[in-house]
Order: sequence, then C-alpha cells, then structure tokens
Amino acid sequence: MAGPVLEARNLVKHFPVRRGIFARERAAVRAVDDISFAIEPGKTLGLVGESGCGKTTTAKLVLLLEQPTGGVMRFQGQDLQALDGGRLREYRRSVQAVFQDPFASLNPRMRVSSIIAEPLVTNESLPSAEVRKRVLRLLELVGLPERSADLFPHEFSGGQRQRIAIARALALSPKVVVLDEPVSALDVSIRAQILNLLRDLQAQLGLSYLFIAHDLAAVAHMSHTIAVMYLGKIVEVGDADTVAKAPKHPYTQALFSAALPSHPDERREEIVLAGEVPSPLSPPSGCHFHPRCPQAMERCAAEEPKLLPESGRDVACHLYTGVTVAWRSSPSGGGR
Amino acid sequence: MSGPLLEVRHLSTHYVSARGTRVTRAVDDVSLTLGEGETLGIVGESGSGKTTLAVSLLRLLPPAGRIVSGEIRFEGDDLLRKSNAEMRRIRGKRIAMILQDPMASLNPLFTVGDQVAEPLRVHEGASRGSAWSRALDLLKAVRISAPEMRVREYPHQMSGGMRQRIVGAIAISCEPRLLIADEPTTSLDLTIQAQYLNLLRDLQRAHNLALIFITHNLGIVAKMCDQVAVMYGGRLVESGPIAQIYNAPAHPYTRALLESIPRLADSRKRLTAIDGQPPDPAALPGGCAFHPRCPKVMDRCRVEAPPESMVATSHTSRCWLS
Amino acid sequence: MNGSRAATLTLAWRLAAPFRMEGFPLIPTAILVTVALVAIFADALAPYNPELGTLGDRFRPPAWEAGGSDKYLLGTDHLGRDVLSRLMFGARVSMIVGFTAVIVAGVIGTVLGIVSGYHGRWVDQVIMRLTDTWLALPALTFAIFLAAIVGPSVGNLIVILAAAYWTRYARVIRGEVLSVKERDFVRLAVVAGCSKWTIMRRHILPNVINSAIVLGTLQLGVVIVTEAALSFLGVGVPPPQPAWGLMLADGKKGMMAGYWWLTVLPGSCIMLMVLSANLLGDWLRVKFDPQLRQL
Repeated sequence: MAGPVLEARNLVKHFPVRRGIFARERAAVRAVDDISFAIEPGKTLGLVGESGCGKTTTAKLVLLLEQPTGGVMRFQGQDLQALDGGRLREYRRSVQAVFQDPFASLNPRMRVSSIIAEPLVTNESLPSAEVRKRVLRLLELVGLPERSADLFPHEFSGGQRQRIAIARALALSPKVVVLDEPVSALDVSIRAQILNLLRDLQAQLGLSYLFIAHDLAAVAHMSHTIAVMYLGKIVEVGDADTVAKAPKHPYTQALFSAALPSHPDERREEIVLAGEVPSPLSPPSGCHFHPRCPQAMERCAAEEPKLLPESGRDVACHLYTGVTVAWRSSPSGGGR
Repeated sequence: MSGPLLEVRHLSTHYVSARGTRVTRAVDDVSLTLGEGETLGIVGESGSGKTTLAVSLLRLLPPAGRIVSGEIRFEGDDLLRKSNAEMRRIRGKRIAMILQDPMASLNPLFTVGDQVAEPLRVHEGASRGSAWSRALDLLKAVRISAPEMRVREYPHQMSGGMRQRIVGAIAISCEPRLLIADEPTTSLDLTIQAQYLNLLRDLQRAHNLALIFITHNLGIVAKMCDQVAVMYGGRLVESGPIAQIYNAPAHPYTRALLESIPRLADSRKRLTAIDGQPPDPAALPGGCAFHPRCPKVMDRCRVEAPPESMVATSHTSRCWLS
Repeated sequence: MNGSRAATLTLAWRLAAPFRMEGFPLIPTAILVTVALVAIFADALAPYNPELGTLGDRFRPPAWEAGGSDKYLLGTDHLGRDVLSRLMFGARVSMIVGFTAVIVAGVIGTVLGIVSGYHGRWVDQVIMRLTDTWLALPALTFAIFLAAIVGPSVGNLIVILAAAYWTRYARVIRGEVLSVKERDFVRLAVVAGCSKWTIMRRHILPNVINSAIVLGTLQLGVVIVTEAALSFLGVGVPPPQPAWGLMLADGKKGMMAGYWWLTVLPGSCIMLMVLSANLLGDWLRVKFDPQLRQL
C-alpha cells in the first residue's frame, strides 16, 4: 500500500481556559499547535518531548479521545472528518492503544479472556467459540500461557499485564497501535522483553506504531522516524538515526545531550538549558524555544520558523533557513 | 577522620506481618563502605530491598520493620546503638535524605523560606532572622532564580524541578556529611534532570558531601557514581568500582541487566532480554534468588545461596561462578 | 434472645476492632442472620399471636425476674401481648422495610450517580442540583411529612424511606465514577469502540458497586432507626402490627412504673441490628477492595 497509513496536517488542539466567570478574554492552552506528521505502514514514529510538549494530546487526538480544534487527519488517504458512522468504526478498529500503567489498563473486575475479547465482542458478532479461539491465539502471540485466560488481572505481574494489554490491542488486527510509555512503569529487567515483543509483533503483523516515551534510547531503538515536540510544535522530525546521532535543532541537541549515558566513560557535550519550560497558556512569541535557546537570534523572537528540510530531516529553526537577516548586525548565530 | 565515612556490616532488616506469622527478609546480610566525598549507587528493581536499605540507614523503618542484625558505622559510631534522641540529632544534620516526590516532601502550608530555614532552627538553634538569610543563601546555592521572591512563595507555586531543588536546599542546610537520594529524579523531565544532577555534583564537590543514590536507573549510576552496589532479592549480589562493574560485571544479573538496556550508540541492535520477573521479597526462591532467571544456572544455585566472594580489588560478587 | 448480654459482647468486639481487621465479623453476621431467620420463621417460632393479648396477663415481667414465669419468657406489654412474639414479628417488619428500602434507595441512587458522573455536562448538572435540593431536606422530617400525607403502611414506609435516603448514594457513587472514568481501562474501552451505556454497565458499575454495597450496609442501620422513629411517632407501621419502634412508644408509658423490659428489649434489638450492620459494612469495605481502603 502506498502512502502513509495515518497522516496529520496542521493539527491543532486548544483547550479553552476561562478566567473568572465574567471574563471576556478566553485564554487557551495550545496543547497541540499546528503539527503535521505521517506514520508509514509497518514503521514506528517515535514522539519525544518533555512535559507540556503536547505528545500525550497528540496521542489522544489520534485515538479520537479528543476532537481537534483545527487541521486534518487522514487514515489510509481518507479524511477523518468526512467519515460517517461506519467508516469511523472502521477507524476505531484499526487504531488501538497500549498505555503506561499496566495496573490501570485492565478492568480489575473482568477476567483476562473478557478483557482481551472486548474489542472483538463490541465490533463483531462472532460465536463465543470463535472468540475464545482468537483470545487463546492472542495470548500465545504475546507469550502468555493458555490458562491466563480465566484469571484476573491482579494475579499477574506488571510485565504480564502489559502483555495482556498488548494482546487486547491486537484483538481487532489493527493497523496502528499507539504506545504511550509502554515500558516506563515496568521493572528494568522486564523492559527488554516487552520491547522485543513489540518489535517482533511489528515484523510479524506489519503494525505501525506511534511510540511515545521519555527514554530516548528506547525511542531510538524502536523508531524508524523520530519527531521532537516542544510546546505544541514539532521542532525536528526525520529518520531516527539521523535525528538521534546528529540533531540540528538546538532543543533536540540539548535533549539528547541530557540523555543519561549507558557507560561511565561515555562523555557527551553537555548543553544545559537555562530556565524552565514556559506555560502552554502563554507560549513565547516567534519561536517558542527562543528564551532558552543558546543560539537564539533577533529573528527568533519575532518570527516563527517553519519546518523545512535540512541535511536529511525537517527542522524548524532560523539557523537553517538560509536567509540571513541583513538589516540587523546579528551576533554569532548565522549558520552552522 | 580516619576510616571510611560509612561502613555497613552484615545488615539485615526484616518486615514482620501483623500477627508475627510472616517474615520478609527485605535486606539480607548487606555490607558496604563509603568514603568521604564519594558517590555510591545502590541499584535494584522493585522488591530488591534498596529502599529498605536506605531507610534502615537512617533508622526510619515503619513499625513492621526490624533491623535484626549488623552494624551501621557512621563516622566510626554504630548508629544501631544510638538512642532515639541521638538519631534525631543526626538526621537532617549529619545525614540527610531526599525522596522521590518533592510535592510530598514539602508542606503545602508553609512558605519555601520557612521550610528551608527549619532545619537550621531545629539543629543549630539559629534565630529567625539569621535562619531566613541563610535560607536565601541556600536557595542561591541550589540555583533558584530570583530567590528573594521565591523565599516567600509556597510549594504549589513552583515547578517540579524547582521543588526538587528546594528539597535539596533543605537537605544540605546543616551541611551534612552524607546525603541519601532515593530516586530523586524519577519525576523530572530529562533536561531538568540533567540540570539537577549537575547541581548535586557541584554541591558535592563544594561541600565534600558523600552521596548515595538509590535508583533503578543505570544511567544515573553511569553518570554520577564512583561505586556501585547491585541488589537483588534483598541481597547485595555485586559491588565494586564503577569501571569494573560496567566493563567486567561478575554477576550474571548485572551482566544481563547491562545488556538489556537500549543504548543510543547502537540503537537498532536487538536487546537481550532476561526471562521471568523480579521475585516477590515475601516469597524468595531458595538458594540464589536469581537462579530461576539465570542463564548460567547450576544445580548448586537452586539449593545454596552463594556467599560474598572477592572478584578483584574492592569488587565482590555473590555467585557460584566466581 | 438475650438482648443485653449480646449487646455487651458486640460492644467489646467493636472496641477490639483494630486488632481484628482481617477477621470475619462472626458475631455481627450471626446476629443479622439470626434476626433474618427469626423474621422469616416467626410464624413457627413465636409462641403467641403478637397482636392478641390476654388482658389478665398485663405487664408480666420477663421469666428471670420476680413475678415472671416461663409462660411469657420476656414478659408482656400493656395489652397482655407476649413481648417475645412481638419482637420476633417486629423483626420481620424491620428486616423487610430495612432491606427493601436500602435496596430501592441504592438502585435509584447508584443509577443516577453513574449516569451523572459518566455523562457529565448538563445531565450531571441537572441530577446534581436535584440531589442537592433533595439533600437539603432533613430526612427524618421529610419522612414524617410524607408519612403524614400518604398514611401509615409498610409499603408506603418503604417508598418514603427510599425517597429519603437515595441522595447519599448518588453523591458518593458519582464521586467514585468521576475517578473511575479517568482510569486507563475505561479510555481503552472507548478506544475499542464501546458505547457509553456498555461502558457504564461493564466497566463503571462493577467498579463502584462495592461502594454502593458498603454504603447500603451502613445505611441499613440508619433506615432501621428511622423506621423505628416513624413508628414511635405513630406515622410508621400501623398498630396492631408489631414493630420495634412502636413497641418503644408503647413501652414509654410504662417506664416510670418500672416496666423496663418494654423499652429496653426492643431498644436493644434495634441497637443490635444497627451495630451488626455497621460492623459488617465496615468489614466489607476493607475486604472488597483493599486498594480502596480509604473509602
């Protein structure tokens, strides 16, 4: 199949915040502020960023847990807004999710077989024998024994519950699975098991993943493409290796330099950012990152940079736009 | 001062259930040493006993917990022989602790200034005025911007990173010799974490502070620590200088753990996973606690728990293979 | 049934509760079960007809007192009716009214609480304002008011009590629902395509029902006392049908004359039921959902 399985163009999500009962000025939290991305079939798009960057909201938008304030989402080439009840259900079946907390993802009052079967039972009318068969097959797929089906979630460990959550996400043979911090809440020695399982399933079933995590190494490991978000905008997006090894955007550079080393001899050039992440209620003008950027120029406060290609990936940064502003004698800044 | 700052010898802490029927060996025969100004990383997963170990050092166990044997020699004195009053004088003044959740560590009803000044007033009998001005200095030391303003603010008005710094300021206010940090950066964003760890390192150098990091994150250990102690099932399975542990890990658990973590350097390489899950401390496997998951398990491991053996200088491991 | 001794034992049990958290509340449950059995088999167990008295045998004291006899184990009242038989049949009224009212109130309150909490927005506003208004009415006074209008009968009593007490369920359950609906497994059910009603039924209800049950057991005591109060005031169960509250009212007159058994015995029964229900509810709260211990 040609073309991305899921695509977003100029996606916007604002949460209105009312100030006082009689306030006329309505402020808005610009959680997602004009982003565009594409997820290719069988590939993983990794989304990284710190708190307030909008990656969780993006996941909710993809899962239709929130409605976008603006922009377009396309599934297999078709506009989601244009989808009616039937096609919308089709979308729901094709896009599933695995969340962070394995203890909250499963209804403690339901048996594992009912949990895994729920998407099947809701969307298809199959005889119960067939449903049972599929549940057992899914359990096998995620490496859990058959007898797990009749047990309750509390009888399983965190890693096993996450496997159950994955089995459930796969029940309808989706095309896209949103993985929101799937291993952060698990013990370190178990994370590799789950990450390997996810990769194997991707290869086996041709799944696409939207992988959100704060562990940069895990994201780099799992993703084919990485998008870096800051205050609701994508500041850099491209092939995972390219972005991780040679980031161009100053924020990406700072982020990857802040990643913890995997060996004591690993010395990285440390780029320490000043200040805190500004509130999404009132993001800075121009480039949202400029107050903290070690390479900020005059232009950055005034003009928002566009996401443009540079050295094999897209970056939104004035360092690379090539047009030097000559009307002001700028400090170093310039280009790299 | 001669001798190490902290010397723990054969420490064992048990939790006893309400009816006295079940005994959980949370910490089992742990020994370690820490010198002045050094940094030790205690690594372990859930159920490994690392937090119990930290809490035992300060004798802050809940009623169900009991230190059943061993010694904790701090500056030469055995802490286990001290009275409650003496321990109170030590906590906060000579040994300080930072916990994971800064919001839980700070009282929402008091200003930041009051809270930073409190240890000074309690331990050193400082007057309100002098404690307040020292609090200001401490806020500057932990790199809080506009400290004159912040000092009058309340915890909820600050970000997570700032709160964790406040907690740090409280901890170092009386110039302790040892700071125990239990997962101090788990709730922080990456860049904030980097700032905070750098701050800790600078403070350590400035005050000749010894640091103990309790963490499951091997990255923090790689960045900050001189020594590492790996805990599993309540026992110390490996300990030694950081270079040794990373370059030549002796215990299969340490080795497997290091191999299972994704690295930025060769990110596409398939991870080597460890089978099974960490044991429940209330139901530890017999013999070596790691044997059900160990790729090199032998018959002996199932039956007998291995003693500590010296693998190289200052490098010990509990494994029948060494 | 020896009211005062059992009452003392239950009190001792209650005081020792912190040391007994994991233990099944044997005595309270046994008491409740016994009362239930007595209520069901009152016809067979009671020695006399509770509504017919022998005027010649008025104010007989219980068997162990001077002047008492084995003929009337717990004595007789002002109309010569056997107290023991009246207590047994009174148990029937208390249990029927108590349980039914609690169940009806529970169903109404829980359903409203779930719909209100899950739907949110205007539905929530409407239901909550209704609940607030209703809650502003003092339950007992409201019950008396309604009873005075519709007249005394067991059926009316159940409706009145349910009407007076459903609001507590709605509030508590709505609060629970607000937190349950934010949990990941509910989000995942939405992602799986489940309809709102399915989610409420399959995911929300089973996770809040514990609170409803615990609240119900705790309410049982309140309802029984209210029923007793209503009967005491003459607007509850109509005489000559026996009810513990009614027996208290009747016995009140005899207190100055020293006929203590006419008030102490029914009063002890009420107290026992309420205490047992509360103890059971307390244990259920802990047992059902150890994670939600702080209900």
